[in-house]
Amino acid sequence: MLKDVSASPRVLEVSKLVTQFHTTDGTVHAVNGVSFSLDSGETLGIVGESGCGKSVTVLSMLRLIPEPPGKITNGQAIFLGNDLLAMTPDEIRQVRGAQIGMVFQDPMTSFNPVLTIGRQLTEPLEIHLGMNGPQARDRAAELLEMVGIPQGRERLKDYPHQFSGGMRQRVMIAMALSCTPQILIADEPTTALDVTIQAQIIELVKRLRDEIGMAVIWITHDLGIIAGLARRVMVMYGGYIIEHAYVKELYSNPQHPYTLGLIGSLPRLDRRKERLTSIEGLPPVLYEEPKSCPFAPRCSYAIDRCWKENPPLMEVAPKHETACWVAVSEGGLKA
Amino acid sequence: MTSAPSTDNVLVDVQGLVKHFPITRGIIIQRQVGAVRAVDGITFRIQKGETFGLVGESGCGKSTTGRTILQLYKPTAGHVFFEGIDLVGLDPEKLRLTRRRMQMIFQDPYASLNPRMTVGEIIAEPLIVHAVAHGKEAQERVDYLLELVGLNPAFSNRYPHEFSGGQRQRIGVARALALQPSFIVCDEPISALDVSIQAQVVNLLEDLQQQFGLTYLFIAHDLSMVRHISNRVAVMYLGVIVELAERDDLYTHPLHPYSYALLSAVPVADPLIEERRHRVILEGDVPSPVNPPSGCRFRTRCKYATEICAQVVPEWREIVKDHWVACHHVEGGVPPWERE
Repeated sequence: MLKDVSASPRVLEVSKLVTQFHTTDGTVHAVNGVSFSLDSGETLGIVGESGCGKSVTVLSMLRLIPEPPGKITNGQAIFLGNDLLAMTPDEIRQVRGAQIGMVFQDPMTSFNPVLTIGRQLTEPLEIHLGMNGPQARDRAAELLEMVGIPQGRERLKDYPHQFSGGMRQRVMIAMALSCTPQILIADEPTTALDVTIQAQIIELVKRLRDEIGMAVIWITHDLGIIAGLARRVMVMYGGYIIEHAYVKELYSNPQHPYTLGLIGSLPRLDRRKERLTSIEGLPPVLYEEPKSCPFAPRCSYAIDRCWKENPPLMEVAPKHETACWVAVSEGGLKA
Repeated sequence: MTSAPSTDNVLVDVQGLVKHFPITRGIIIQRQVGAVRAVDGITFRIQKGETFGLVGESGCGKSTTGRTILQLYKPTAGHVFFEGIDLVGLDPEKLRLTRRRMQMIFQDPYASLNPRMTVGEIIAEPLIVHAVAHGKEAQERVDYLLELVGLNPAFSNRYPHEFSGGQRQRIGVARALALQPSFIVCDEPISALDVSIQAQVVNLLEDLQQQFGLTYLFIAHDLSMVRHISNRVAVMYLGVIVELAERDDLYTHPLHPYSYALLSAVPVADPLIEERRHRVILEGDVPSPVNPPSGCRFRTRCKYATEICAQVVPEWREIVKDHWVACHHVEGGVPPWERE
């Protein structure tokens, strides 16, 4: 129904998203005015450490933030012309799982352990696509084969515990793709898996992305995964996007001290560094809107202005934005 | 038989180590119906002052190896010589004395510190248990250790929950150092930490090694980090070591098909390299260690496997100097994929 609009390549436009959590310790400012867009068929990486707001950003967009304690206090998320944040619960339910598919980190806990895989796979097909039982079962078996699970029809009778971690994540992907979504959101889908299984899952998502032509938002803390998978990448810190660029540009020419620090703290498989550069200190938990740059306390480049004004995202090179006063005023950061 | 070039500088000598966990059936009359063959005959030596990396995927037996070396698990068979003394079957009192010299740092900094003890009590506990120091002397030692790992000595009255993951791991390191050990088993010490914090802890471990001449067995699944910190690296698969070599040798010129696949699966944080990389995607999952494949254990997922791989367990041999591998298809130091 909404597919006709997809003549325009933009599928998602998030602007000024703000999400807060009201806790007994105070209000946590988890996402602070995040804006980004996504074109069809594109892969966007969101990178950051625990608590940087990367998961809350997409969960807010999908309205999966428990309210209370959470609250989306501002923003829009225009998906094919409609604002996800303004939809009624019924309308958003039509979108979730149908036009936007999701894969979560933990393949062990994302399934209902007392229902068969078949039951869980056919449910979205019956609800969103109005298939009847046998049709849905045929499609479910097909989906399992598509994600590389042999004897798909037989495996429909199995329960989640009868699959290994990697297999379960494949089933998750099959479920997310069951209604041919426009966007697949993958929130650390391979973090709980071994590297060889991770490589299998990444290859699978790449193949399906190209076959179906869907856009992918891949959230991770691993800069390595993003390097081979995404076209654009956003780095988040303290609930802000602090750097945004095309993948090649970001890795070869990082323009935020935090990104620089992250890349420096990574050991490399292909060559040996003498010593890792660590970022001293800890990421912040923001109980109020910061008046300074949230990274300033850990930053070795910090100048006076960083303590007085929180930098917005500014263009430092063509198609390369950074939230750093030093990088912008000096025309680029030197490592 | 073993991989060490000389014997005088060996700190830990592991010979044919086996650890099977019994699977039992029945409630009153328990009988053994099988065994999880977690570690199934491994041999290696760790030199004084080196970092020996042990890598492999979940369930390959790397953590069990670490714990069995420290006699936290009783080995099913084999020997572990530590400073020349066989720890297997050593009488408990002597083992207790030897334990001062070998310590462990655990993976989960949230689960490995007792939440009801203050940080001071946690770090002082080994001193008191081994009657090395008590009272004011112990407190002084705790303050010194806290400072050593980069924490404020004033923190010693606080409880673990008041600290972040990285700080807790530092507390774990301080506890491990309390008895001035010579050997520390680091069991995935950084995998629960954020990227920017991992580098802090790894740098700390390297500094301490320099300062005290420590020997590490560094167990991890993060191959990039193992390359960074280790001198030599062993690759484990399903309870056995399949390859062992100098760090750079292993990473630039792996000989075992499993090491090759494992290394090719690790993403590199550089889009230009990722673009050109050839990736070996292994099919399927690791088989069960209850009933491992006959012959070579990797054969079920190996695209170079032939008949001999199913029939004969590949010999553990030194193919090139200091480069050991267990594979039928490595000939003259040339792995099968280079002959294609």
